[in-house]
Amino acid sequence: MNSQHDQVIAVDAAVPAEVSELDKRQRREKIYTRAIEGYFQRLRLYTGWPLLLGYFLLPWLNLDGRQAVLFDLPERKFHILSVTFWPQDLVLLAFILIIAAFTLFAVTALWGRLWCGYTCPQTVWTAIFMYIEQRFEGSRNQRIKLDQEPLSWQKLRKKTLKHSGWGFVAALTGVTFVSYFVPIRQLLPELLSLSADLTAMSFVLLFTVATYLNAGYLREKVCTDMCPYARFQSVMFDKNTLVVTYDTKRGEPRGSRKRFTTKDPHQGDCIDCELCVQVCPTGIDIRAGLQYECIGCALCIDACDSIMEKMGSPKGLVSYTSENALAGQKSTGIPLKTLGYIAALAVMLALFSTTLLTRSLVELSVSRDRGQLFLPAPNGLIDNVYELHLTNRSALTDRYRIEVEGMTEFSILGGDAIMIPSGELLEVGIRLRADPNSLPSSGTQILFRAVSNNDESVIAEAESRFIRPTL
Amino acid sequence: MSDFWSVWIIVLTSAQLIAALWILLGNRKKPAQEIKTTGHQYDGLEELDNPLPTWWVYLFISTIVWSVGYLVLYPGMGNYPGLLGWSSTGQYDVRVAKAEDQYRAMRDRYLAMPIEEIAFDPKVRKMGRRLFGNNCAQCHGSDAYGAHGFPNLADNDWLYGGTPEAIKATLIHGRQAAMPAWQAILGDAGIKATTQYVLSLNAREADPSEAARGAQHFQTYCAACHGADGKGNQLMGAPNLTNGIWLYGGTADQIAHTLRNGRNGKMPAFSSTLTEDKIHILTAWVYGLNRTPVVAATAANL
Repeated sequence: MNSQHDQVIAVDAAVPAEVSELDKRQRREKIYTRAIEGYFQRLRLYTGWPLLLGYFLLPWLNLDGRQAVLFDLPERKFHILSVTFWPQDLVLLAFILIIAAFTLFAVTALWGRLWCGYTCPQTVWTAIFMYIEQRFEGSRNQRIKLDQEPLSWQKLRKKTLKHSGWGFVAALTGVTFVSYFVPIRQLLPELLSLSADLTAMSFVLLFTVATYLNAGYLREKVCTDMCPYARFQSVMFDKNTLVVTYDTKRGEPRGSRKRFTTKDPHQGDCIDCELCVQVCPTGIDIRAGLQYECIGCALCIDACDSIMEKMGSPKGLVSYTSENALAGQKSTGIPLKTLGYIAALAVMLALFSTTLLTRSLVELSVSRDRGQLFLPAPNGLIDNVYELHLTNRSALTDRYRIEVEGMTEFSILGGDAIMIPSGELLEVGIRLRADPNSLPSSGTQILFRAVSNNDESVIAEAESRFIRPTL
Repeated sequence: MSDFWSVWIIVLTSAQLIAALWILLGNRKKPAQEIKTTGHQYDGLEELDNPLPTWWVYLFISTIVWSVGYLVLYPGMGNYPGLLGWSSTGQYDVRVAKAEDQYRAMRDRYLAMPIEEIAFDPKVRKMGRRLFGNNCAQCHGSDAYGAHGFPNLADNDWLYGGTPEAIKATLIHGRQAAMPAWQAILGDAGIKATTQYVLSLNAREADPSEAARGAQHFQTYCAACHGADGKGNQLMGAPNLTNGIWLYGGTADQIAHTLRNGRNGKMPAFSSTLTEDKIHILTAWVYGLNRTPVVAATAANL
């Protein structure tokens, strides 16, 4: 290790861990992370890439002549694959959010911060930006050196390349994000020709700048200072939760030694190489115990494993393990709290799927014409006029017929085979004609029903009244 | 807002901004070498007395700077309207104008096409129904089948003609019907006789001798407008009295009432309410009611 960066990284080894943590936090030094390879980093790559590709490619997928996933704000329609959500489906959105929350709780209680370490966009984008940084500015030591150098053409070139790389990824991210709201096949050409509307351009700019600053500069500060999940995750943890842990019993007392030498029996396995600190994206020392800054990314596990391998010691000095396992105790089974999370999750999933599957693909509302209470019709009959609002929420053009319940002798004028294209709302005036003598009261409760021609089970109902004069 | 409240808000807003900035900067500390604590302890956790994070301080200052810029550009300081002159009603007007431009282009395309061609276009049916719902349904009913005193628009019986031109003229200029009151001229007996004659025109049960006398009255007073055969005259909006369609009811009492007191049905003019393109679409919608589309002769059905 070179001596220069020993000054930059916190001097954990020299002082007790607790004080050094506080000290470091106060001084807020820039964290230079060292890149590392290993089992968990490959795992992160394999989970990260599909998610990333999904994010960037999904807007390009078309279905039924429209973008497959599109949140159409002006039309107030959210298209997710073949399902279209309307404003009246807001309850489903609430269900989705509750499901997402309980999934997070349950996963956290069982396996710790999987979300943070592997799937959180903050982590994934930070990793991309760190990769770019490494690509253009070199390894950790080279970067530290570069930052301390006076400005030179070489430095300028490296920095420019890095920031262009960041800017490119940030712009791609911003455009892609906005393309979930404005179709990408329309947005991209408009952006390139600078003819997109001001709102779209401002949002692209906003998300680009936000991504750039966030993944380029804020990085771990979001996790340590802003993210609420980091702060309340400990309420979900129990003694069986998997967390990234340093095996103190095995590691201490730490100290350097030569490779493949028989070590002093009083000495621990930790050789105090500080690699675990250097790779940590939040700049903590995992050997100080579980800290809220730890996002569970397992970089330190991979780092330590690589060292232990070289030292000829068994891997797993830093590992995913639970408090119980470390203390040599058996797992006490899934605690009630976690079972509660899982139960809540199951209930919400059931509620969500039944609501989604049973929601009607046609909607009907009825308003009675108020201009006249009733209208005289030939042969002593009377008419009531209604306006129906019919919405076809299915993916196909459909025809609907109107049925009425609640009266015995009546006829419906109009309202047969009302054709409505997919996703449209139609107003239809129809008239009911009845013999006033056949009606028991001056205001009869009736029920309108719209029945789909494509699928007889698709119906919608709405109540109204039929008014007759007092006899 | 009165001047007092305007000043009140300006003073309060400015004072708060200045106070926020003052508290922030006044309490700013340099990072200390050793760790200071506030002396509070709980469960072994100490509350530190570190300075605010720099990025946070700059974020706070930038929100204050932002608010000053905002208050200069937008309304916020009491009655001061802001340099940009923005208002919520102004924003609404702009959006309405934008939507109007967007839809006008579409309607203008239809305006250039003859009524007969566009009457069955699904888009025209939809737009027309909306226009009808907003402007006409109150009187003519949601289904356009009319009501007492308001004609049915879907039965192909037209008071003023059912050609596209006639419907459009009705919409633009409105119509004022003028059926005079005949009580003073015909007297009770004359009204009764004429009523019987009108009933007989529809092949309904009528007193033959009364009807014969009524026929004379009819030829003298009514034929000028309703025609010698009672089939009406669309040029003056005189209804056909022989087809069993009654605007004001077809019982003997109702017919007698109409004769005695006259009728003055009024269709308002829509030229000042609706633009020409909207009237064109509305005309097409009304024209297409209860009419089967004329299928264009294509190779397939020749």
